Amino acid sequence: MKQTLLVIILVILVITNIFVGSVHIPCTETLRILTGQDTGNNPSWTYIILHSRLPQMITALLCGAGLATAGLLLQTAFRNPLAGPSILGIDSGANMAVAIVVMFAGGTMTLMGTTLGGYLLVILAAMAGAMVIMLIIATLSTLLKSPVMLLVTGVMISYITSSLISLLQFHTTEHGLQAYTFWGMGGFTGVTMERLPIYATLMLASLIISILHIKPLDAILLGDAYAQNLGVDTRRMNRRLYLLAGLITATTTAFCGPITFIGLATPHIARLLCGTATHRILMPTTMILGAVISLTCNQLCTLPTSSTLPINTITPLFGAPVILWVILKRN
Amino acid sequence: MDLKLHDLTTGYGRHTVSHNLNARLQTGLLTCLLGPNGSGKSTLLRTISGAQPPLSGTVTPTDSRTLSIVLTSRIDISHLRACDVVAMGRHPYTGYFGKPSPQDDDIIRQAMQTTGTLHLSHRNMTSLSDGEAQKVMIAKALAQQTPVILLDEPSAFLDFPSKVSLMLMMQDLAHNHGKTILLSTHDISLAIKTADTLWLMNADGTMHTGTPRQLIDTGHIATYLGDSSQYL
Repeated sequence: MKQTLLVIILVILVITNIFVGSVHIPCTETLRILTGQDTGNNPSWTYIILHSRLPQMITALLCGAGLATAGLLLQTAFRNPLAGPSILGIDSGANMAVAIVVMFAGGTMTLMGTTLGGYLLVILAAMAGAMVIMLIIATLSTLLKSPVMLLVTGVMISYITSSLISLLQFHTTEHGLQAYTFWGMGGFTGVTMERLPIYATLMLASLIISILHIKPLDAILLGDAYAQNLGVDTRRMNRRLYLLAGLITATTTAFCGPITFIGLATPHIARLLCGTATHRILMPTTMILGAVISLTCNQLCTLPTSSTLPINTITPLFGAPVILWVILKRN
Repeated sequence: MDLKLHDLTTGYGRHTVSHNLNARLQTGLLTCLLGPNGSGKSTLLRTISGAQPPLSGTVTPTDSRTLSIVLTSRIDISHLRACDVVAMGRHPYTGYFGKPSPQDDDIIRQAMQTTGTLHLSHRNMTSLSDGEAQKVMIAKALAQQTPVILLDEPSAFLDFPSKVSLMLMMQDLAHNHGKTILLSTHDISLAIKTADTLWLMNADGTMHTGTPRQLIDTGHIATYLGDSSQYL
């Protein structure tokens, strides 16, 4: 029932994200452009719809669903409600690796280099950076039982990476600095129509693999001992979940910049909506809700008539209160 | 189904905890595992459940359809309902996505009825008292429909009446439902009164087994209790 409502909202947002933006384009024209009956009256409208709004909408949708899923995977794997891609410093790991590749290793400062090679390098760097932090957090999580301590650790890791990034920024060119700063604000504009297939493939694959792990994820909620007794190879499963969450975070960070709070906050709102932590119900809801939140943020960013706002100016506004609520509820 | 330990040595790496244990759990009997802290009760239970490998010797059988476990620690996950937890007991039998069939639902309901937790079905695990949470975990073990159930100090955090009712429930499951039950406990007087057999672990890594009567007559219980026996 609630899920049906979410799907309806999602469909509405998919439509408004294409039809409504900072430039006013009549609905009939938009429809014509979308159905390929373009009269060529206004080439810039065609460009805006097909090469800006359409890829941006698909990117936002996949990014929201992906990050929310990564958050859910991490919260289950760590059995910690405050786990999430950005709060644990995983995306700042990816961030730093990208910064090293781009600013230090002399990659051109068009961050998503035009060649596929440069592109793949950024993704691989983001992946490696995310995995390194993931490993550190996974090791520490066995020592730190308290969720709040793990949270503090994540914040410390973010401090360390941001200080290293500052160091890199100090030594890079003016042009590099500007491009990097812009990327760091996060946004769905970076994924062009040409790059979209790679991004979409990686994200869809991650989402499908996540869905295939619904049953062991449930068992893991009970803790390693119970999960093992129910026939789950917990070590292998945890490794897989870390890898999967790392892949989603790294891919998204590489393509869209570090996008905060969607991964952490969405599963909590989904749990409230579902009233159960069973992944068979919770995971699809989390995915749809993540897409809804992300598309809403994207819509809000494109509403100002002058220019498009960076996505991270919006996400903390709803994400931060959710974290506070989780902490307050635990006490 | 009987569970057999054959020349079982437990421990971690080079550190041996218990050595050359030979024992048998008989079908339909309640067995209590006693012993001082650090004598290796938990290590033995972990080894029997397959959570850690034995250093040598064998335990037969151990898999998710023959043996289920109930632990001391609480499940502290928000929005995890009691019925969700009991349903996980069906995991060894359900399909790829773990969706319970109508038969599975019947088994889940039956397990909750037996443990008196049916009215807690839709409550969150975090909102249950220690005793209620423990019973839900036992219901999960029953839903798993394993002939053998292992419980690690299930009465540790319970008040006295709850401890007694838990032990009586265990007795009932063994005698009337044909379960083979091994539970570790420090409540020696309750164990003596309710258990069919006792496994008494010693600080030196050995173990004595027998009925409560036998272990009292041979003086092993008295040795374990030492001076504290006068307060029993």
